[in-house]
Amino acid sequence: MRDVTCRVVNQMPLKAGYWALDVEAPGVAEAAQPGQFVHVRVPGLEPVALRRPFSIFGAEGTRLKLLYKTVGRGTAQLNRLTPGDTLQVIGPLGKGFPLAPQGVPLLVAGGYGVAPLSFLARRLPVRGVTLIGGRTSDDVLAAEDFERLGWTVRVTTQDGSQGETGLVTLPLDRELAHLRGSGEMPELYACGPDGLLRAVGERAIQAGCRGWLSLDKHMVCGVGACLACVQALRREDGTEWIGRVCRDGPVFEAREIVW
Amino acid sequence: MSDVDMRVDLGGIRMKNPVTVASGTFGYGKEYAELIDVTRLGAITVKGIRLQAWPGNPLPRHAEVPGGMVNAIGLQGPGVAGFVRDYMPFLRETGVPVIVNIWGTREEEYAEVARRLSEVEGVSGLELNISCPNVKEGGHAFGTDPRAVSSLVAAVRRATRLPLMPKLAPNVPDIRVFVRAAQEAGADALALINTLPAMVIDIETRRPVLANKVGGLSGPAIHPVAVKLVWEAAQVARVPLLAMGGIVGPEQAIEFLIAGATAVAVGTANFIDPATPLRVLEGIEAYLRRHDMNTVAALTGSLRAE
Repeated sequence: MRDVTCRVVNQMPLKAGYWALDVEAPGVAEAAQPGQFVHVRVPGLEPVALRRPFSIFGAEGTRLKLLYKTVGRGTAQLNRLTPGDTLQVIGPLGKGFPLAPQGVPLLVAGGYGVAPLSFLARRLPVRGVTLIGGRTSDDVLAAEDFERLGWTVRVTTQDGSQGETGLVTLPLDRELAHLRGSGEMPELYACGPDGLLRAVGERAIQAGCRGWLSLDKHMVCGVGACLACVQALRREDGTEWIGRVCRDGPVFEAREIVW
Repeated sequence: MSDVDMRVDLGGIRMKNPVTVASGTFGYGKEYAELIDVTRLGAITVKGIRLQAWPGNPLPRHAEVPGGMVNAIGLQGPGVAGFVRDYMPFLRETGVPVIVNIWGTREEEYAEVARRLSEVEGVSGLELNISCPNVKEGGHAFGTDPRAVSSLVAAVRRATRLPLMPKLAPNVPDIRVFVRAAQEAGADALALINTLPAMVIDIETRRPVLANKVGGLSGPAIHPVAVKLVWEAAQVARVPLLAMGGIVGPEQAIEFLIAGATAVAVGTANFIDPATPLRVLEGIEAYLRRHDMNTVAALTGSLRAE
């Protein structure tokens, strides 16, 4: 991990309220792994605003891509940055997704949870199926990116404005049944709201496969010092402990998490 | 080599410079070691330790507010044995004095923690947490009653020869009463201030933002409050003061020194810019040079109040 000054290269609108931010982050981007995050000091909120954590949406060379939704004063300020502006970034932080699936990878994304999974889709050695769920079509992001990389994509929206109507667990259950029928083992990867992660975790345990869940918690320090983002976890021997999402995660295996 | 003498003696804790970190904002030092050179700190103050491991409060544990944050972490920690096993080897290796913040629910627990840490190589001093607003059982109940402070400090004093530094609560009618009580009971130094009791409400849900409902306010918002309390404390203190509260740069640290502090601690700012303690250190040195002072000790209590 390093604390570096990054230069904004580009801001690109994705869907309503969602943006992709490209920054030059030498020393951070090269080391970034899918599932890791960066802790961003948003300029203009100085001198006292806390940093904001963002999943790494992509990394190539010294270039880092972040995905964000304008939800509060931090992201609103981030949105005002233009090419050439600078910001402080600590990263890469946390433990990401393992990159050696034992089965067919199924990526399950909810809303902007698509960010680390898009990066993962590029780095996994094999292709599989990506399932993207959103409230409306405005919350379905980066579907084309996965297709371009050779992934099969299934989309659900709760209001039916894109893809199948309902929750992302509908096509997930079909994919799991299909793999079971053909005698193949899945490997699940998910990022999104807790409800989605829990549902995916339960299915991983049921299917007897691994389920890698990326938790989204509010953070303060981002490096494991302040203990603001803790999560109850279970070891293989059944004993429980309190982990830090920022340092011991944000990716945990489904069986580790005590909901 | 610096031409300015930055060394200070904080009640027997010999620091090569007056800058440390506030307990709870720097983990156990290790967490920040990749981001800043922790060996340049005057001391490392670690997160609060009690006898046994402690789980802390439910989430959410923090809320951002204008000028700072409100936290109710609840003193989660590994207990004395876990701390010594998992973190002391790293801390010893830094060669930097280690100040351990300790707490308990009863006097005997504080004393036992102090006794055990006295036998640990590399521990340079104890900061007595008598003012954490986030744990019902411990801390705060002691910190706002001068007789309780006196009795607790005396009990811990009997248990250890390590430099003993109670951390005072800011929300008291007259800080001088607590300064006297603590130093008469055997304190070697005093730390102030702890966070200010605070609350944040989510107006959409009409619920408290923190699971603990209330927490402690830290950050630049509390800095002027802390300066006033340090200045008042200095008027009756016979022991050195470690000042903290809202330091984001050298200016706030220098204010504390002028008000009467011997050393300063950077807290919430570590979360925002981990290099803050080193910026503060360099800024103090530059200030001393600019004012033709060759020791930082000369700055302590140099307020021109008349």
